[in-house]
Amino acid sequence: MAQILKMVGQRLLLGLLTLFVVSLIIFLGVELLPGDLAQAILGQAATPETVAAFRKELRLDLPAYERYFEWLGGMVQGDFGRSLANQREISELLGSRLENTLFLAGLAAVISVPLALTLGILAALYRNTLYDRTVNVVTLTSISFPEFFVAYILILFLAIQAGVFPSISNIGPDIGFWERVYRTMLPALTLTLVVVAHMMRMTRAAIINLLASPYIEMARLKGLSPSRIIVHHALPNALAPIINVVVLNIAYLIVGVVVVEVVFVYPGLGQLLVDSVSKRDLPVVQACSLVFAMTFILLNLLADVLSIVTNPRLLHPR
Amino acid sequence: MSDSSDAKKGDVLLEMRGLRIEGRAEEQWSEIVKGVDITLRRGEVLGLIGESGAGKSTIGLAAMGFARDGCRLSGGTIDFDGIDLMTASEDTKRHLRGARIAYVAQSAAAAFNPAHRLIDQYSESPTQHGVFGRSQAEADAKELYGRLQLPNPNEIGFRYPHQVSGGQLQRAMTAMAMSCRPDLIVFDEPTTALDVTTQIEVLSAIRDVVDQFDTAAIYITHDLAVVAQMADRIMVLRYGNLVEESDTRDMLFNPQEDYTKSLWAVRSFRKEPVTEPKAEVPILEVDNVTAAYGDTPVLFNVGFALERRRTVAVVGESGSGKSTTARVITGLLPPSEGQILYQGEALPKDFRQRSKDQLRHCQMIYQMADTALNPKQRVRDVIGRPLEFYLGLKGAEREKKVLELLDMIELTPDFAGRLPSELSGGQKQRICIARALAAEPEIIICDEVTSALDQLVAEEILKLLDRLQQELNLAYMFITHDIATVRAIADEIVVMLQGRVVEKGEKDTVLSPPHHEYTELLLSSVPEMDPDWLTQLLEQRARGEVVSSAPVA
Repeated sequence: MAQILKMVGQRLLLGLLTLFVVSLIIFLGVELLPGDLAQAILGQAATPETVAAFRKELRLDLPAYERYFEWLGGMVQGDFGRSLANQREISELLGSRLENTLFLAGLAAVISVPLALTLGILAALYRNTLYDRTVNVVTLTSISFPEFFVAYILILFLAIQAGVFPSISNIGPDIGFWERVYRTMLPALTLTLVVVAHMMRMTRAAIINLLASPYIEMARLKGLSPSRIIVHHALPNALAPIINVVVLNIAYLIVGVVVVEVVFVYPGLGQLLVDSVSKRDLPVVQACSLVFAMTFILLNLLADVLSIVTNPRLLHPR
Repeated sequence: MSDSSDAKKGDVLLEMRGLRIEGRAEEQWSEIVKGVDITLRRGEVLGLIGESGAGKSTIGLAAMGFARDGCRLSGGTIDFDGIDLMTASEDTKRHLRGARIAYVAQSAAAAFNPAHRLIDQYSESPTQHGVFGRSQAEADAKELYGRLQLPNPNEIGFRYPHQVSGGQLQRAMTAMAMSCRPDLIVFDEPTTALDVTTQIEVLSAIRDVVDQFDTAAIYITHDLAVVAQMADRIMVLRYGNLVEESDTRDMLFNPQEDYTKSLWAVRSFRKEPVTEPKAEVPILEVDNVTAAYGDTPVLFNVGFALERRRTVAVVGESGSGKSTTARVITGLLPPSEGQILYQGEALPKDFRQRSKDQLRHCQMIYQMADTALNPKQRVRDVIGRPLEFYLGLKGAEREKKVLELLDMIELTPDFAGRLPSELSGGQKQRICIARALAAEPEIIICDEVTSALDQLVAEEILKLLDRLQQELNLAYMFITHDIATVRAIADEIVVMLQGRVVEKGEKDTVLSPPHHEYTELLLSSVPEMDPDWLTQLLEQRARGEVVSSAPVA
């Protein structure tokens, strides 16, 4: 147990280091954007004096490294700075957006992960049958289309023709949980279709990969049923790769939702990011990027820890 | 099982007639078992022996109505206690497997599922087949673990496979096979992967438990001395055909067929003793080496010397530090103390600091020729690469040298264009030898080079190595756990135990009494071609006349 805590501690420290590097890259990336920010916001009509005053107000006259450390220092204390567009606290702005994005990702994960694992296990069990091929073709087809296309197809069939779900996810802070689930369903289904193939195929492949191992032959020679062999003997040993793929996909659900959020006008982080980029609201862009990076790092840490906890060799040393 | 209780010992339990099995290779079905008849009675132990490719394991699995992927039962009948396994449904066969016919695999370390505790895997057959409940199965497991002389029988089941040693795992697997009290157990080379000292414990445990429960068994092995201890009757197989069948004693003392006689006669090879005096400075000296993997010390003050034209055999069980010593010599594992002297001069500890010439002098040949060859490289490139790297040969010069080397290892020039997958096990090992020779070394380290080979093939390789040593003035360090090989090729012997050298000297001195305690244990554990050997040895050990366990080094 102490070993695992030590390992988690090490990974956390490494994660912090990664986050630091990422913050540097984000800052430099934004810094390298062409054009003058003050000029862009004030427009062509602004006099040079106004622009200079505005630059001073934004502290753009300071050297880059000073601004970086100021920004980083603020981040560490939870102060994300203010939005340029509307002068609101960014942390305030992010709060509800992040919550919405996590809700959407959570709903998509709750649907897609069990679905993908079940489909994958069944595909391994009935490998090379019609079922296996059908599942493969259907999931591959859904992953092959661009997200927005899948989204519009779903809107066409489920919202316009069948009228089951609303085509716009109008989420406010005052609606109830189930109403929220209902209004989020279409984007969640779109995301499900996008991520299920990857997880399902990894589950299938990881299990089938093990079927040639001597302990699976032993299980067959013990007269166990095919489903028990797959679920009880192959699956526990296939968990590490499956966990990693699942976690990567969940990270994608949080970070990669930009297009889907825009299509459904869903008030999440992705849309905030797109809006802020078009408004040149750079502090918000930086903050969003950093939150995305943090999500990736934390989820990968989770994957590492889960892989270890499910491996008896590491959990029960000699 | 219950319905066998009224069956008498001596009734026919398993009857296979004209058994044919086909295997699929390169899109074609070819016969690998060509019409074999087997009759097995209740309580009888049948030994199946033969070289690899004889079809032993395939026949053993067929007794369970099972064919590996890529194989199929293509003809004949398999009758198990009135059930026709050729035509029985998959469900019927599934209910027999584990419950009435059980299997013990060659490598218990690979055949136990790493994700579950031993006792969970033990309880699986009884509970899934509805023979015993979980709690009774667990109680039963503890009792059987005790009978099989596993340490802490009440607790060992709660460990994971990786927490238990190889010999213990093999006994735990035997216990697992007994879990439903089957009528028949198929033992597929259950001790091949074990050290001789551990092998004895497993053999006696298997024999006792098979005896106590009056279980019939098919015992598959390529080791004649082992099968002599275990079987009532022996069948010799070759290329999927029966060569000869008779009672164990008849088979041992009066074999009829030439092939059987040739199997019996191997291990007759002996290296000519070296008469010339030793050089003043040995070609290579391991000088008081201590080494560790991370924080775990593995070698303690190991020291011995290699001489031209002489072979030093390093013996000991797995984990004794034999291969680690080789890693220190080649510079893969820098020692924490001590040094490696080449002609009296210290070599850099790390291979990265050694010059090309220093690296060239010492080459290695490995146990698994299979994994030591790049499957995508043709023989020409396998051998040609060190020629280029060390000697700078290119083009026609290189090709000429490759052919010379092939000739040296007794292979024809057309082998140069082959891929490793187109070679037999013995041929692969020959290519590995040629690759080592390509560097024109003075020292060759042979790490268990014959233990993965059949006895006849192994003997050919030993003869080849011996001839090369004479012709090229080579010094050999020969790592092995097989005492028969040691007798055949060694000039000197170094006995290792737990990272220390416990005895070393000329072969005749070490092999004749008085021995060090551990050497005696090793020597006495080598099975002999005498059906009473195991019984007598165990009696002697029980009376305390001979050493029965390894001393603590």
